[in-house]
Amino acid sequence: MSIRVENISKRFGGFQALHPLSLEIPDGELIGLLGPSGSGKTTLLRIIAGLETADSGQIFFHGEDVTRVHVRERRVGFVFQHYALFRHMTVAENVAFGLEVMPKAERPPAAEIRKRVANLLEMVQLGHLAQRYPAQLSGGQKQRVALARALAMQPQVLLLDEPFGALDAKVRKDLRRWLRNLHDELHFTSVFVTHDQEEALELSDKVVVMSAGRIEQMDSPPQLYARPESRFVFEFLGHVNVLEGEVNNSRLQQGEAWVNLPRSVADGSAQLCLRPHEVRLQAQPDASANLPLQISAVSLIGAEVRIELEPIGWQVAEPWEVGISHNAYNAWQPMRGDRCFAVPELGHLFTPEQTAPQTLHWLQEAQSLPKMPPRLQQVI
Amino acid sequence: MALALQSLSLNPGKRVLPGFALSLGISLLFISLVLLLPVTGLLMQTAGMTWQEYWSVITDPRVVASYKVTVYAALIASLFNGVVGLLLAWVLVRYEFPGKRLVDALMDLPFALPTAVAGITLSALFATNGWYGSLLAEVGIKVAYTPLGIIVAMSFTSLPFVVRTVQPVLEDLAAEDEEAGITMGGSDLTVFRRVVFPSLWPGLLTGIALSFTRSLGEFGAVIFIAGNMPYISEITSLMIFIRLQEFDYAGASAIASVVLLASLILLFAINIWQAHYLHRIHGR
Repeated sequence: MSIRVENISKRFGGFQALHPLSLEIPDGELIGLLGPSGSGKTTLLRIIAGLETADSGQIFFHGEDVTRVHVRERRVGFVFQHYALFRHMTVAENVAFGLEVMPKAERPPAAEIRKRVANLLEMVQLGHLAQRYPAQLSGGQKQRVALARALAMQPQVLLLDEPFGALDAKVRKDLRRWLRNLHDELHFTSVFVTHDQEEALELSDKVVVMSAGRIEQMDSPPQLYARPESRFVFEFLGHVNVLEGEVNNSRLQQGEAWVNLPRSVADGSAQLCLRPHEVRLQAQPDASANLPLQISAVSLIGAEVRIELEPIGWQVAEPWEVGISHNAYNAWQPMRGDRCFAVPELGHLFTPEQTAPQTLHWLQEAQSLPKMPPRLQQVI
Repeated sequence: MALALQSLSLNPGKRVLPGFALSLGISLLFISLVLLLPVTGLLMQTAGMTWQEYWSVITDPRVVASYKVTVYAALIASLFNGVVGLLLAWVLVRYEFPGKRLVDALMDLPFALPTAVAGITLSALFATNGWYGSLLAEVGIKVAYTPLGIIVAMSFTSLPFVVRTVQPVLEDLAAEDEEAGITMGGSDLTVFRRVVFPSLWPGLLTGIALSFTRSLGEFGAVIFIAGNMPYISEITSLMIFIRLQEFDYAGASAIASVVLLASLILLFAINIWQAHYLHRIHGR
């Protein structure tokens, strides 16, 4: 079922939680609402569900206006951040709740309810825990019960409010993958709220980035990453290294640091933003850039080695971060206190005149792309 | 240093929080002095009696009639309080209205008011020429000096028990649970009955039980409005008082021991049931 949101706004007392915004969610897609706390993402989700009423605007499900339809009749599955399982009911009773409270005429017979509950619990791999109480389950199990319960009435819209927020990293990852598979299998339209950009990028077909009650950008994860439309989106999707300075003759300079821009840019103040993997570290400055840095920390977590750097002779608001491969780390053996120079490979230049950045390439396209085998046609 | 650590680890029973022995000791001493000693004294008073005498005192027809009146009135009063107290707690927790703080403070008035004052006020109000009594008399209901008056007095003095036990439970209740029930299509009544009420139930029952046991022993508020007619509106506390006035200390203690026992058994039963219920909910 497609969801259309038109000019929805919401005010809580003196706080404008949502400025009028519109959004179109195609049938069967998994959409992530991403934003910092207070950006209005949960409010928007609750308005879609009908748990909150909007001050203005309309909501359409499959082209039908449901703005005035009570949450009870909207038939959405809603999963709460803290599970909201009924503590005095067993897992099976929790899952059966939605079926049992149906009006007598629509309610399936008791045997049918039992069968459906068993199937749902099998689907979330918790069949063996049907007679347990929620207090006896782990966080991940509780959230799966909450999902099974929300899916019991076969809703065509599934809404999830920070579904993995209260779980630890490992369980989160498993559940994420599992939800993705479930969604691909059952094809309901889902909207989930998260403040974790990794989660949003990994799980969603499209990500809606929100800030201060407004939609900043809605795009597929690769598009969002490659073409952020604003500084906010750019910064929210991961760490950003910033060089803020004055452009003069296509050279951006601040203190001792300077970068030659590969494209002519009007003189004036500008900010160059570089993602951690778009920067190369080397022992000597390059002809294109002189960015002296001192290593302040090295951490070997995950697939990359993350190096934190402080500028020498220029200023930054936040220390720089550069990711290098473990191979590079082993060859170079950087230590805290070592000095090096950063050389940009790809960057995004923000100027006060425009919100969208200009993308700058220092390397030739062909050179920067590693050789990959040609894509097999039949896969697509 | 290593030695110090070792000696510490040799004493794993050592508590991190200080003052355990002292605070527990004072608590136990206090409980003994204020609660256990008087109870023991009470039982000692009855020690002079033979079982036969004891039995005949506590099964005296007039006393048995007073048990019935007391239990009956206390039961109705506490059930009434269960309904009204739940409603009051609900209103105080769920809604915002001007004067909410004041109403909240007024809830404790029955506790703050001397029970005799409450009794005199209630009997003045409900007497056939009182404000309420005159109105009720027109529809043929007589409250003062009847068992109905006992119920009114008991209900008044023990209402705060229910309100004050249900209030914190309601405040802790997550709104998410109700919202979950509603998104699954439950009507307001179904959600209250199947989601909210089971969470309130232990607190509510405790409140009702406290209200009931308090009513069993209520004296001051009741005797002014009850009329105290033998076999009809005499409560057990009054029977104890009458024995005391006759300097029959043993007889008074015997009847008191029955009330004490009944209250204790009830409170224990509620506690055990509640622990069982909460164990299921909290998994501990």
